[in-house]
Amino acid sequence: MTMILSVAVVAALGLGLGWLLGLASQWLGATTDPVVERLTEALPGSQCGQCGYPGCGQAAIALSKGEAPVTLCPPGGRVVAEKLAEILGTTFDPGNLPDRGPLLARVRTDYCIGCSRCIKSCPTDAILGATKQLHVVLEEACIGCGACAEVCPTGGIDLEGIPVTLRNWRWHKPGVGHA
Amino acid sequence: MKIFRFRGGIHPEGNKDPTACHPIARLPLPKRLYIPLQQHIGEPAAPEVKVGDHVLKGQRLARHQGSVSAPVHAPTSGTVIAIGDHMAPHPSGLPVQTITLEPDGEERWVETEPAVDPFSLTRAEVAARVRDAGIVGLGGAAFPAAVKLDAGNRHPIDTLIINGGECEPYLTCDDRLMREGAGYVVEGVRLIANGLGAKRTVIAIEDNKPEALEAMRVAAAAHPGISVLRVPSRYPMGSEKQLVTTVTGREIPAGKLSAEIGVSVHNVGTALAVCRAVRFGKPLVSRVVTVGGGAIRNPRNVVVPIGTPAADLVEFCGGFTVTPTRVLMGGPMMGQVLPGLEAPVVKGTSGIIALTAAEAHAASERACLHCGRCVDVCPVGLVPLELAARVRAGRIDDAAELGMGDCLSCGCCAYVCPAHLPLAHLFNYAKGEIAARREAQRKAEETRKLAEARRLRLAAEAAAKAARRPARTTEKAETES
Ligand code: SF4
Ligand code: SF4
Ligand code: SF4
Ligand code: SF4
Repeated sequence: MTMILSVAVVAALGLGLGWLLGLASQWLGATTDPVVERLTEALPGSQCGQCGYPGCGQAAIALSKGEAPVTLCPPGGRVVAEKLAEILGTTFDPGNLPDRGPLLARVRTDYCIGCSRCIKSCPTDAILGATKQLHVVLEEACIGCGACAEVCPTGGIDLEGIPVTLRNWRWHKPGVGHA
Repeated sequence: MKIFRFRGGIHPEGNKDPTACHPIARLPLPKRLYIPLQQHIGEPAAPEVKVGDHVLKGQRLARHQGSVSAPVHAPTSGTVIAIGDHMAPHPSGLPVQTITLEPDGEERWVETEPAVDPFSLTRAEVAARVRDAGIVGLGGAAFPAAVKLDAGNRHPIDTLIINGGECEPYLTCDDRLMREGAGYVVEGVRLIANGLGAKRTVIAIEDNKPEALEAMRVAAAAHPGISVLRVPSRYPMGSEKQLVTTVTGREIPAGKLSAEIGVSVHNVGTALAVCRAVRFGKPLVSRVVTVGGGAIRNPRNVVVPIGTPAADLVEFCGGFTVTPTRVLMGGPMMGQVLPGLEAPVVKGTSGIIALTAAEAHAASERACLHCGRCVDVCPVGLVPLELAARVRAGRIDDAAELGMGDCLSCGCCAYVCPAHLPLAHLFNYAKGEIAARREAQRKAEETRKLAEARRLRLAAEAAAKAARRPARTTEKAETES
């Protein structure tokens, strides 16, 4: 009887704590400033930290105070920068932004030792693989933030540009660059 | 029969006479054929042969993958000498997976499906034969034909329109095909009509092709369900939406398919390929290509195996008289610049057109005069000058709001613009940019969902951990007591 009771208590406790945690993060994430809210909406929301802030929410607050440039978010690229500028009512010159294009992480098969550190670092759960086995990156989910490459002990993760193929090739703007 | 007028459009110089007057010639077998695995809209085909294999003419080299796709077949008998990258017939000049075939010169056919009375087949059997023959829209769009036939099962089709408009300047391959093979074309038309269950069939031919009109009228005379309609020569008559409006008076709403308003449009070349596939069991392994333009010594129509390098065609037609300013695949209005003569003819290649400097109208651009001519000719009723200004300023979202997505890339606006603004190019760029943004947007939403899922997972894990700790203490307390 006590056994069953303790199991029940534990289960209830688990549920309750989970709920509390969820709630807490809601509170922490909640803002009253509508501009900050819209900015947060426009950011990728992956909390990768490449902007130098702990997450997109903090990045949005900094943006709203004018402490950060609209080009702060590398994974967001030009499109996000444009949106941020629009929300803030500023203009930005896309020429200023080194648009490196989206990147993808790739695990080098001969380097991966299956340590699973990359999995833990990835903000979008884009890496698959069991411990001690080769890990792979899901291209669809990877935002190219580079967090995994930083923690990989063998330097076995490269960030690469997405190769141009017939499927994603686009016309260049007339008068700039070339096909 | 009543004809409806679509808005806008232009009357470009036809330049069709140099090729329209000669019968279709047959190209001698090229030394090498380069057969891309992606010659159609949709998924590329998956190769079924390996390097070193000897294949027979008509043998399947790669099978279709997924619902929108098409197989490719050996255009002649020979040996597969490579499977790998080769220049795609695409303005980017990017490589595409390609099977290279060295012909053995014997033209030995594989055992094909036996010839049958095609009208004894069920609709599903017709569609299956069309799919297995690798037929795609030969007018240039290269959309798998079987998928269009299948759409007839989902949307009831009352009208089948056969596109014999060929409104692009220089191109005459459909004209010659109708003159020389009207009987087969009409049989293919009847098969498509049967396959779709269409009540009425209209073969629309521009009035600048009187011989083709006559030949098709004679061939269709015995079939009361088919009418041959003479339509005015006005570009872009051959564009699906404009043709549907001309024939039926109905407008295809933006973003909708013609099948959704009960109309299906197929090209005359496609009809011929359907006839060959369904009656004779022969896959699509060759097509008629117009080799023209002022820079070609002996312009004419040629029937060529799929995979023939453009260079072989140019050579067969006497080579260049002058160095062309631009070589196009397809016509000068909507055709694409050919990146190099090593690029092969594919199923959707209607022409190889080599333009001289005078024909290419290469003039330098001036500032917009606000003359409004581009507005008058736009068949979809857009305001090209406004769109261009926004695209130039990088305001792609604004351009999208003004209807950029509805642009047909027909090039009418650029054709008439006295300031020579690169309007069509700007709009191609803008449409690509819109697609890229949509993709980025989709990915961003996906990322947000994934990040949220991860947050919940971590929270749950933390909670489970937290729950385990007190559990251990309770257990301890129990054993102690
Ligand atoms: S770099 Fe962008 S995605 Fe990453 S935390 Fe900062 S704002 Fe968010
Ligand atoms: S770069 Fe690495 S950590 Fe960042 S999203 Fe891609 S796989 Fe995850
Ligand atoms: S290219 Fe687009 S904008 Fe120009 S006339 Fe054609 S449909 Fe209109
Ligand atoms: S036709 Fe050319 S010059 Fe005239 S309004 Fe249009 S873009 Fe301007």
